[in-house]
Amino acid sequence: MVRDLSTSLCGISLKNPVVPASGTFGFGLELAGCFDLNCLGGISLKGTTLEPRFGNPTPRIAECEAGMLNAVGLQNPGVEALVREKVPALRRVFDGCIIANISGFAVEEYAACCRIADDCADIDIIELNISCPNVHGGGMAFGTDPEAAAEVTAAVRAVTSKPLFVKLSPNVSDIVAIARACEDAGADGLTLVNTFLGMRIDVRTRRPVLANGTGGLSGPAIFPVALRMVHQVSKACRIPVMGCGGVARAQDVIEMMMAGASAVQVGAENIRNPYACRQIVSGLPGLMEELGIERLSDIIGCV
Amino acid sequence: MKEVSYTVLENLPLAPRTFRMKLSGDTSAIRGSGEFVQIAVPGKFLRRPISVHDCDFETFTIVYKVVGEGTAALSAMLPGSQVGALTGLGNNFDIDACRARALLLGGGVGAAPLYLLTKELCAQGKEVTVVLGFNKAEEVMLREDFESLGAKVFIATLDGSAGTRGFVTDVLKLKNLCWDYFYACGPKPMLKAVCGAVKGPGELSMEERMGCGAGFCYGCSIMTVSGPRRVCADGPVFKREEIVW
Repeated sequence: MVRDLSTSLCGISLKNPVVPASGTFGFGLELAGCFDLNCLGGISLKGTTLEPRFGNPTPRIAECEAGMLNAVGLQNPGVEALVREKVPALRRVFDGCIIANISGFAVEEYAACCRIADDCADIDIIELNISCPNVHGGGMAFGTDPEAAAEVTAAVRAVTSKPLFVKLSPNVSDIVAIARACEDAGADGLTLVNTFLGMRIDVRTRRPVLANGTGGLSGPAIFPVALRMVHQVSKACRIPVMGCGGVARAQDVIEMMMAGASAVQVGAENIRNPYACRQIVSGLPGLMEELGIERLSDIIGCV
Repeated sequence: MKEVSYTVLENLPLAPRTFRMKLSGDTSAIRGSGEFVQIAVPGKFLRRPISVHDCDFETFTIVYKVVGEGTAALSAMLPGSQVGALTGLGNNFDIDACRARALLLGGGVGAAPLYLLTKELCAQGKEVTVVLGFNKAEEVMLREDFESLGAKVFIATLDGSAGTRGFVTDVLKLKNLCWDYFYACGPKPMLKAVCGAVKGPGELSMEERMGCGAGFCYGCSIMTVSGPRRVCADGPVFKREEIVW
């Protein structure tokens, strides 16, 4: 039997639910020589800001049990380069869903950035990043307060007609309150979760391993927490959810979808294994057969 | 880039906390000196980027220093064990940039990739002078290996227990060496000192803590005169004038 892996996000159909997460797959083309990107349902591009950014000093990467920390700090060439170079170049080789991840430091900046992204026909979804833990005075500051999250969501909603997903931070006491605030402010969907704020210390130098001091924790270590948040939010909201956090194999995709995710993002696993997404996609049909799943979309939110 | 499973042929100490590991398997993605491999270490989430020390059609060799738990686990691997690696990562030393006389400067385990570079330069009939710097005599390694390729080798040690006392740059002050192009690999302070002391064109192999090692996580970026560059994918080898210190 042919297994149906397709899913949809706000009317956009994806050939399968597997989407590399923002920041773990560059602007897509970096991996075009690695495997055929068209095996992916979509690609969430590296977080982009209005102006180009170098990001944080190095070291930007640390490691821990079952995961890693990053403090890249939104290195990107700016939204003009995104819409003029990065997205058109990716579109030439990729027929799936292109998701532009937009970040900023002020409401007006988010809106200005999204207005430029809105003009780019090859961008299918805008993913508003209000959850980057590695920049000061922006990013996560908007994602940890329902009112601030609603304000930036509404400002961006006003300047784009594209499907708008808001990527939430797990570093909050009540993620449902933030999710509802974004839904009420006009979000078409939610991506959750971004990384967990963490740190490592070099015991010999008595200094943080990361030059930034702290960084975002990702990898299999966070999967159960991310899964719980996806479950909570998808029960509380009517808009579709992209599940993200520690997904490393086909079974994790099934769990995320059973918890309520319509699509599933793969993050840190790409960093240790560039072929991870392709392997996860190819593992899905066999697992569906084993579990008696004919259409993957049938299991969304079944738990 | 190619993902390959290798068999460890040997994994022996070369100097205190420094090992040489020889691996057999498909080396077709390895193009030449300067590039690196990302080795999967049992029990560790991220791979370890390590430069290619030597390579032929069926085997390649790495020389690495134990600096943490990952490299410690690597040093415990026995011959016969399997190691996964991403190969063919990073750029290469530009061997054609040297006309006739090359000066190679290595600091500590930074000497490792200069071995394959020496092989390539000697094969082109170029004259190679290698200056290696270490902390003390017992850390000195690879001297005979370089000499057997036909290179002239000078040693510097910080405590003066072998060769010239001081840094590799102190050797340059004392010896009357000739070169038209230099290549350097070592810790950042050494590379900075080299750029300050060595005249003429040359290139440096830079080191940063890496995530993916393949250019898409932007974890190892450095600022250059032409903007941000990824050490893993745009480097690790950069022309001296590109680096912003």
